[in-house]
Amino acid sequence: MKITKIILSFVSAVAILLSSSAISFAKVVGDKIILGSAISLTGKYSSNGVHTQNGYNMAVDRINSMGGVKVGGKTYKFEIIYYDDESNPKRAAQLAERLISQDGVEYMLGPYSSGLTKAIAPVTEKYGVPMVEANGASRSLFTKGYKYLFAVLAPANLYLDVAIDLAVEKNGGKPVKIAQAFEQDAFSQDVRLGILEAAERTGSKIIIDDKLPKELNDMAATLAKVKAVKPDVLVVSGHTKGALTAVRQIAEMKVDVPMLAMTHCDAAKLSKQHGKNSEFALCASQWHKTLTYKDDFFGNGMKYAADFDKEFGYDPPYQAAESSAALLVFKDAFERAGSFDKKKVRDALAATNMQTFYGNIKFAEGGQNVDKPMVLFQVMCNDDGSKCENKVVAPTKWASAELIHPIPSWSSR
Amino acid sequence: MDFLIFQVPMLTLQATLDGLLLGILFALIAYGMALQWGVMNIINIAQGDLVILGGYIAYFMYLSGIHPAWGIIVCPIVMYFVGVGIYKTVINKVVDRDLFISILATFGISILMMQLMNFAFGADVVLANSEFGTTMLFNNSVTLPNSKIFSAVVSIVFAICLVLYMKKSKLGRAIRATAQNARAAKILGVDTEKVYAATFGINAALCGVAGALIAITFTIHPYMGLPYTIRSFMIVIVAGLGNLPGVAMSGMGLGVFEEFADYILGTEFRIGSVFLLLVLILVYRRFKLSRKREYLK
Repeated sequence: MKITKIILSFVSAVAILLSSSAISFAKVVGDKIILGSAISLTGKYSSNGVHTQNGYNMAVDRINSMGGVKVGGKTYKFEIIYYDDESNPKRAAQLAERLISQDGVEYMLGPYSSGLTKAIAPVTEKYGVPMVEANGASRSLFTKGYKYLFAVLAPANLYLDVAIDLAVEKNGGKPVKIAQAFEQDAFSQDVRLGILEAAERTGSKIIIDDKLPKELNDMAATLAKVKAVKPDVLVVSGHTKGALTAVRQIAEMKVDVPMLAMTHCDAAKLSKQHGKNSEFALCASQWHKTLTYKDDFFGNGMKYAADFDKEFGYDPPYQAAESSAALLVFKDAFERAGSFDKKKVRDALAATNMQTFYGNIKFAEGGQNVDKPMVLFQVMCNDDGSKCENKVVAPTKWASAELIHPIPSWSSR
Repeated sequence: MDFLIFQVPMLTLQATLDGLLLGILFALIAYGMALQWGVMNIINIAQGDLVILGGYIAYFMYLSGIHPAWGIIVCPIVMYFVGVGIYKTVINKVVDRDLFISILATFGISILMMQLMNFAFGADVVLANSEFGTTMLFNNSVTLPNSKIFSAVVSIVFAICLVLYMKKSKLGRAIRATAQNARAAKILGVDTEKVYAATFGINAALCGVAGALIAITFTIHPYMGLPYTIRSFMIVIVAGLGNLPGVAMSGMGLGVFEEFADYILGTEFRIGSVFLLLVLILVYRRFKLSRKREYLK
């Protein structure tokens, strides 16, 4: 009796071991290429986390239904293992570890946000697992010498420097006075660095340089200073909270400034939440549906937006579009590598040079995409403010509307 | 260091007014905290989360087409029952225990509320537009958003009502009696259990009002509760327990101090300077206390 029990438990232990070891070689199972991703489905990044996941899923379905990935004469389909990282960097790093060492994933997709990507990158690097990420723009990701990290998006320091060039151009080529307020987090501070560089390049002067706290909900002091010193450009970056707070208080305090440049306008649903008060705000965006890039899978931006809307019921923010693009990059790299060897896939990724509906993709040494400029759109409303639209105004090549400059004063609005 | 604020007199005025209006709103939240701290000896970490929940109620009224300012009527009513509910399920089990247990319990409630709100309402930053407009003084050089003035006025009205209620009503007297000596009150026939539930409910109701006002003046997000807890904690510490006029004064004082620190030291030192002030006040208090004790010896 006792012996049978021991034998039974031994057999079951072996069975469990065997079954788990079968999973742990899961990089390619049958005709499936398994990708892994830790993503914020709960916690403070959950809305953008869901956008990211929707973008990934949309691309997986599209690629699979259009013939899949052809490697070595055989066709494979993508599948993604997701774990919820709860918007927590420590948890994200643990999950990356688990995806790689327990689930045997050998190709990773990035999480949402710079902070979480920073937490995961050392893990993927340690195991030599190629990661294509679409939502970590902080410049520090690309200066650490990571070999297995590839980002389809432009780095954070390029978000708003275009706005300074634009302001200088509108000022007749003369330097401008800049007021800026940035949240104290990795991303916003990188945006700030970009502005500092642009200011130096154009000889412009920074007259207000405020750092906003993370628990920011009041910018009245900064804006009162702006009113007193009258800069030519006001630059604000503090995620969705920063964008919403700035627009609300600028309208309430009647702050007149010729140009207002921000980040995260579309994530904040700025024009929906603030209506006409958000008009004329200039916003940095990685992507806009009216851009005319093309690919074979999604057609162009307009088609992507329509398909996305049909599938998920809302207009895709750029976070979703760039996430979809990450899958296109992986597919292209697998096919060019003609192998599932991590090293070969990594080398193929490094040699990527393609166009997607999201933009051109070509990676620099550090892994950032250097072939896709940022676009700036301006919020433009009809007369009664019932309908506001984001129109691309820069760079000129993609512009669908003329920049309105300077912003009309509040007394005339 | 930037002394622009003293070079432009209008900025000084603007900062002072902004600080006062902000301080009054914070004082309202601190009021609730002081009340239940005094009565039940509980430091409620979930204070800020109750505020945010109140804000969401106002936000959903706004979404369904009702003016969010009506939130100041609806939110306290709803939040009162939420407060009583929380008391009946959790707080009544920790109310006689030591402070540490109650901090742990309310910390747990805080995390739970954050996650539930995030789950139910999503992680987007939202706000309710009141369309109240702006009051401009001195030829548009000092601007006061009417929403902030509205908040301050409503806060003052609620605070006065609360003080009157505490003084005049039967329940108010029972609450004060329980705060002074719970056992004696019980012996004299006060149903302390009921008093505790009502106190927690009133605190939650005040948080609800403040939440509605914050949805109108600032922004709402499931994880933004903690700064409100910390601010009200500080206001109460500075004022001292059971000192309701003191709460109002220290609220406004801290508001103005914060604004000036923002202008002079920079926005990044705003919260830090408030903490520094708190430490200084505590050290000063301790210093004074130790002298007193020596005297008593």
